[in-house]
Amino acid sequence: MTLSSVVIVGAGQAGFQVAASLRQGGFTGKIRLIGDEQGLPYQRPPLSKAYMLGKIKADNLAFRPASFFDQQEIELIQDKAAIIDRQNQRIVLESEKALQYEHLVLATGAHNRPLSIPGEHLEGVFGIKTLSDANALAPRVKEAKNVVVIGCGFIGLEFAAVAAAQGANVQVIDRGDRPMARAISPEMSALFLKSHESWGVKFHFNQAVDQIIGENGKVVGVEKVNGETISADLVVYGIGVIPNIALAMEAGLEIENGIKVDAHLLTNDPHISAIGDVACFPCVHNRGIQTRIESVPNAMEQARAVSARLLGNAAPFAATPWFWTDQGDLKLQIVGLSTGFDTTVTLGSMESKQFSVLCFRKDHLVAVESCNRPGDHLAGKKLLSRPAVLTPREAREPGFDLKAWELAHRT
Amino acid sequence: MPILTFIEHDGTSHAVEAEVGQSIMQAALNAMVPGIQADCGGACSCATCHAFLEDDWMNAVPAAEDSELDMLEFAAERQETSRLTCQLTVQDSMDGMVLRLPESQY
Repeated sequence: MTLSSVVIVGAGQAGFQVAASLRQGGFTGKIRLIGDEQGLPYQRPPLSKAYMLGKIKADNLAFRPASFFDQQEIELIQDKAAIIDRQNQRIVLESEKALQYEHLVLATGAHNRPLSIPGEHLEGVFGIKTLSDANALAPRVKEAKNVVVIGCGFIGLEFAAVAAAQGANVQVIDRGDRPMARAISPEMSALFLKSHESWGVKFHFNQAVDQIIGENGKVVGVEKVNGETISADLVVYGIGVIPNIALAMEAGLEIENGIKVDAHLLTNDPHISAIGDVACFPCVHNRGIQTRIESVPNAMEQARAVSARLLGNAAPFAATPWFWTDQGDLKLQIVGLSTGFDTTVTLGSMESKQFSVLCFRKDHLVAVESCNRPGDHLAGKKLLSRPAVLTPREAREPGFDLKAWELAHRT
Repeated sequence: MPILTFIEHDGTSHAVEAEVGQSIMQAALNAMVPGIQADCGGACSCATCHAFLEDDWMNAVPAAEDSELDMLEFAAERQETSRLTCQLTVQDSMDGMVLRLPESQY
């Protein structure tokens, strides 16, 4: 059966990539890409770093120029999907326009978890998710004297590094006990903590914010649950995201920490796929557990997998997850999922800021975290894409080199 | 606009009009040149926009920074003339440049 029309909801990394990959794979049917933001689909990763520092211009954030969409006949529709009418394979938009689909791809992404504390809507309190968020925030960073960052994950720390580089006093508050605790090993956290402190960033761990304090509608500080207050003229939060599931849920699609999909990224409706931040899939790199991954590479790979399936080349999704973050002079790359590791082996040194952590579970390599050692990252990616045989004992041998080991053990 | 030619591993050639100031990677993506994956979107984090420059051109472009060299060390099929195209900015003087693509970016 040749497909004649695909509708994609969500014009972020995943949604855009489905459209591009379908055309690259020779799809000649109709492609309609629905996005609720103005302008061309764009990259988000630079928003909290290079774009915030002024190193990338807005024009260069677009995945492709407008001419690409014309030439490739990818119809961009600026609107919001309101209802999926599964029975009639039709999607109704907020403008009340309805689109017929043969296959529907949900790439609805996620939204920032709100602070949900008094003062969260004061002027001077920002989240970073969209280009318009970043545009509102960027000029404020230059003027800010005292910045409080709530949340010590990737986004919060990327922003903290940017604000510190621009001369602000930066304080970071987090409920956890170390930087990026949800994503990385304590060893790698230690390097980031030390580096941020060297840039002047102060940390308040194991603490929560009770309220944001304002005067005349503008933020002037935050009050922690222990009663201590910190003055601030700018507050930025990054406390995780919530998958955008409402559309799918109302359509009766199965939900499990996101939109539940099978190994082929299909929902319980054979005409609807879900990909990217919103999709919860059985992950072979996480013992087959239903997993939702928030990252650009995951969005890209899932988009390519769905595109390939729609073009007749179905295969279970098995891409190795990876992540990156840039903070000051640190480039951290992570490959694999490190949840549940029991042993670590470190390579390089923290002092040189060239440092890698190999994470093992029951003698099996499950993740490689590398800071300013991209060779380790790429070697780790290759190792984790095949049955890994490296043991902690081997990795601890004097002079062990991950790149050399990978080369010597290619199959 | 300078014209760059990308040659796929199987010999298929793509002449691409590139805009001055954009990266060579972006020029390839805009023209849908197969073989440039660009998984990280140009952040020098993935080494999937790897190409081989012809000798004369290798000397005409700025040298690679350390981060790029580190990535290249592990790029598939690395050669002396390997570069990551996300790290090269299109200039008028690049008109006529030829870039060969590896069989695989992985």
